[in-house]
Amino acid sequence: MIESKGNALVARAMLIALMAVTLLPFLSMLSAALAPSGSYPAGLQWPSDPQWGNFVKAFEVANMTKLLWSSSLIVGGVVPVSVLIATMAGYGLSRIDKGRGKWLYLIFVLGLTLPLEAVITPLYYETKALGILNTRMALILPLIGLFMPFSVYWMRAHFLNVPQELGEAAEVDGASDWKQFWLIQLPIARPAIMSLSILLFLWTWNQFLLPVVLVQDPEQRTMAGALGAFQGQWGTDVPLLCAGALLILTPTLILFLVFQRQFVAALLQGSVKG
Amino acid sequence: MSETTLNKATTRRAEGSPRRLSGRHAPRLDRDQRKLLIAAGFIAPALIMYAAFVLVPLGMSLFYSTLRWDGIGRWRFVGLRNYLIVLTDPDLLQVIGNAFNLILYFTLIPIALGLAVATVIRGHMAGPFGTVTRTVLFLPQVIPLVAAGIAWSWMFASTGLVNQMLTAVGLGSLARGWLGDFTFALPAVGMIGAWVLLGLCTMLLVTGIAKIDGSIYEAAELDGANKWQELIYITIPALRQEIGVCVTITVIAALASFDIVYIATAGGPGISTMVPGLEIYRLAFAHRQVGLASALAIVLMLLVLLCVLPIQWFARPKR
Repeated sequence: MIESKGNALVARAMLIALMAVTLLPFLSMLSAALAPSGSYPAGLQWPSDPQWGNFVKAFEVANMTKLLWSSSLIVGGVVPVSVLIATMAGYGLSRIDKGRGKWLYLIFVLGLTLPLEAVITPLYYETKALGILNTRMALILPLIGLFMPFSVYWMRAHFLNVPQELGEAAEVDGASDWKQFWLIQLPIARPAIMSLSILLFLWTWNQFLLPVVLVQDPEQRTMAGALGAFQGQWGTDVPLLCAGALLILTPTLILFLVFQRQFVAALLQGSVKG
Repeated sequence: MSETTLNKATTRRAEGSPRRLSGRHAPRLDRDQRKLLIAAGFIAPALIMYAAFVLVPLGMSLFYSTLRWDGIGRWRFVGLRNYLIVLTDPDLLQVIGNAFNLILYFTLIPIALGLAVATVIRGHMAGPFGTVTRTVLFLPQVIPLVAAGIAWSWMFASTGLVNQMLTAVGLGSLARGWLGDFTFALPAVGMIGAWVLLGLCTMLLVTGIAKIDGSIYEAAELDGANKWQELIYITIPALRQEIGVCVTITVIAALASFDIVYIATAGGPGISTMVPGLEIYRLAFAHRQVGLASALAIVLMLLVLLCVLPIQWFARPKR
């Protein structure tokens, strides 16, 4: 008993230390963001005269309203379509799991470990040829394609766990394949679809390499891509840069805190499956 | 043979099937074929997007990698020359070596620390304290890597928190601009990656360890096993799958790193923190050596596969 109590204390101390390490960079950024703009603040020190105005300035300089709108448009273009077609494909693949269709699944799995850098150069020339370079479409279309291996893999794993009898019963009732998918399979898949949507939202919102290469105008980029441009422009003004960085990560932070349980579950499952 | 076909045809007509016999071949698809066709219909949209924006570009990468091309003018076919350069040029070899060097930090630190925490905690993660811990430890997974890069550039700056803390404990002589130092820039970048991945690995291992039956540990303790033996003979084997997942994720993150390096050091000083991902970007879009960039891209893809496949094999679930 005594030993386990001691263990619990050690465990708590370790976790608190881990949390401190995780939080320190954020606190350090906050303290810098409140120092007078253009000054060289110390690493962590509550400023005598906190300059909350830095956040207002960063909000205007980074054109946050436009950025939020742009990122939302990109997420709105990527996530619903990806989830829908991946769910369909996952369902289709689960139905031909035993038999000739297996190689189709392997083609998707092939893409799971593919580093984005391996296709970034051709994607530039491809989007240029399609005439969508420097538009949000240059991010939306490739992202949908790039998300397919994981999404299809994820949804197929879900459908493989759904008992076959369910579909067969519907078939006997004369439901068409599409109806069966839409009315019976989709509602059961809701939890899997929710987690997938959360993951795809995060990966789209935080995507950096694609916007840096494919979209020149920061206002057509994702939040993360815009942050890169912001750093390039204001990198020498530490307080303003830190204020901007904190602002740019606030939207996801709020969403994360509200849907904390779902995010953690999705991230944990997502990595186990991926 | 022909008789059976005929028979089938007559049966069908007798059934009054609405399917019309048009043209020479209109045999009713057998159940399997029908199933395959319907499945194909469901799969097609995803496959088309995947093919258009992953498989085709991958093919193009392969093709580019055999060219000498500035991205605008005429290209010239050079065979495997670009690959030869990637595998012999000392600078490019150092760039690839840097990526493997990063594995030390991205992979070893989060897993070692995560295992330590998980073994001590073993199930003490319930209640509000557990929720707070989970939320905080997942923060680095939720924010863009770019933000992590900016935060840590500031932490490692000459007036940053790292130096401030060193000075506070009397080690001020060690203080330096970490990311601008030829010796310490790469380890510093590695620490950023470790910070990003630490929470995820810890949570994966803590979740995994909670599933191990506690009576195994009690039995081991009765048999006189010490903590170290418990870790080696019980915990690590039982967590094989979770550790496999952590290794896979962190190794890919190290080999294919881009965002953090781009923001924190841009590959410098010199090429001491240059990684393949950033070098591909630089070669293709700044130096206009599309062929060489593509060869490096293909090599990077193969390296990731070469590292990940054995891990998957070791960590595969025992059936």
